[in-house]
Amino acid sequence: MNSTLTANRDSGGAWIMGVLFALGSIVSLLWMAKAASPELAFHAFLFFAFFTLGCFVLVKRHYDMAESPAVPVTGDDVGYMDGVIRAGAIASTFWGVVGFIVGLVIALQLAFPVLNFDLPWTNFGRLRPLHTSAVIFAFGGNVLIMTSFHVVQRTCKARLAGGLAPWFVFWGYQLFIVLAATGYVLGITQSKEYAEPEWYVDLWLTIVWVAYLLVFLGTLWKRREPHIYVANWFYLAFIITIAMLHIVNNLSLPVSLTGAKSYSAFSGVQDALTQWWYGHNAVGFFLTAGFLAIMYYYIPKRAERPVYSYRLSIIHFWSLIFLYIWAGPHHLHYTALPDWAQTLGMTFSIMLWMPSWGGMINGLMTLSGAWDKLRTDPVLRMLVTSVAFYGMSTFEGPVMSIKAVNGLSHYTDWTIGHVHSGALGWVGMVSFGALYCVVPIMWNRERLYSLRLVGWHFWISTIGIVLYITSMWVSGILQGLMWRAYDSLGFLEYSFVETVEAMHPFYVIRALGGAVFVAGSLVMAYNLYRTMRGDLRDEAPFVGAPVRAPQAAVAAGE
Amino acid sequence: MTYQTVSAFAQSWGLVFLVVMFSTAVVYALWPGNKNKFKKAAHLPLEED
Repeated sequence: MNSTLTANRDSGGAWIMGVLFALGSIVSLLWMAKAASPELAFHAFLFFAFFTLGCFVLVKRHYDMAESPAVPVTGDDVGYMDGVIRAGAIASTFWGVVGFIVGLVIALQLAFPVLNFDLPWTNFGRLRPLHTSAVIFAFGGNVLIMTSFHVVQRTCKARLAGGLAPWFVFWGYQLFIVLAATGYVLGITQSKEYAEPEWYVDLWLTIVWVAYLLVFLGTLWKRREPHIYVANWFYLAFIITIAMLHIVNNLSLPVSLTGAKSYSAFSGVQDALTQWWYGHNAVGFFLTAGFLAIMYYYIPKRAERPVYSYRLSIIHFWSLIFLYIWAGPHHLHYTALPDWAQTLGMTFSIMLWMPSWGGMINGLMTLSGAWDKLRTDPVLRMLVTSVAFYGMSTFEGPVMSIKAVNGLSHYTDWTIGHVHSGALGWVGMVSFGALYCVVPIMWNRERLYSLRLVGWHFWISTIGIVLYITSMWVSGILQGLMWRAYDSLGFLEYSFVETVEAMHPFYVIRALGGAVFVAGSLVMAYNLYRTMRGDLRDEAPFVGAPVRAPQAAVAAGE
Repeated sequence: MTYQTVSAFAQSWGLVFLVVMFSTAVVYALWPGNKNKFKKAAHLPLEED
């Protein structure tokens, strides 16, 4: 690295970005003036604020850099870009807590409908996408972006590519989240599950996502390691596939350029299939491939030993991406979708058992010969438990995709229970584990503020998850059986409202599980905050828990 | 380009293409000569913080 270029090496990109931001603020100002509804004008204002603040920051940065002299770096220093990872860790924690709390609110609304307050902004229909988007895209998305920036730099031994582009990705993604979330509450939606934001928010996300892809590819391109570590393959598959799914699923025509409403390019069963091709692969590539990348980096890292079988990880990767893309039609059993397509979706879902369990075994067996660390390191315990939940929910999923089982489970709470064993148990726990790994490294602390609190968080959230998924199993199967029960004369045994009444106790238990899970996330937020501040809790240490020392000894099993 | 031609192509050449691609990946993963390369790669997460 040329030492004279070090301090201001990102300047070229800054000028282009500044010009684009200035243009952006003018366009969004005009758009705000022309907006057809006050809700859209508000969104135009958010764009305007984003671009204007962006310009201000760029100008300030220019003058700050002119005053401070260039800092020379030694030839061997890669100069990792860690600021954006620190920002990502804070954003992930924040959105996680917000998303979990909104989830608790809607769980309580289902148990006690009076909590809808008879207001448009607070009814279940608007808050439900707020919850799903907040946990999947705001929490999960920030965790994925943050960890991918960490993993790709460390395993490639290269600084993030693209100058200021990683910061654009970070802040652009936060703008997307705020636009989506405020849009739902104000009633702007295109009514596609997990893809509710309207056309202009979709376009903005496309720009941000392409920038993310280019940053990631550019960093791989600059790498100083000949081999691309398997976690990066999973991240890359996640980024590329999400780009493809997002663009195709959101193909639509706005009614006017100054209005929020748009109509999808698809209709009827084609629309349904496109939706679930998107929806299921969002599960497969966002919530699975991306978080498997986390598993393949942070479990070996924390266990201080290489992954059980690197060969298996390659086969895991290719079989997972070859099979997942076909599984979507299992969301459309017994609909207008042709029978052969339903059977195809079911068959591929069942075949997915193999890569899913192959990957789970690979993650778990990484601890082979070091199982005692589960007793001594609660962070590792959290990561390993997440993989166990991954195995459990990827076993349950294919079972539910079998048509005969789906006839009972579809449209019932069983689906909700299944989703949450994956979302809370797998995605949630692996993300918490990754955050507990990343924060001490990024803030250069010897260890977390308190490992005892991690132990508390582990048990609190596990109890919450168990309450949640068991109540939803009972409720879902009860619901499914009540719907299909008929009497000796062939009449349906129960009216719909009777099934709703029967589920009430389970809804209360579910809300209780959610409240417990939220409490656990608050414990984590407190622990991470104290770690960032540099505090160390005076507590009895876990024997054998890793303490960070520069260049700690590499795997014992080598 | 009708539905028939697209589906005939997908069911013949598309299938061959995917099978060949997947087989290549499996052969690459199991190729004995790659053993040391993978062993080294597996240690990448342990090298930098």
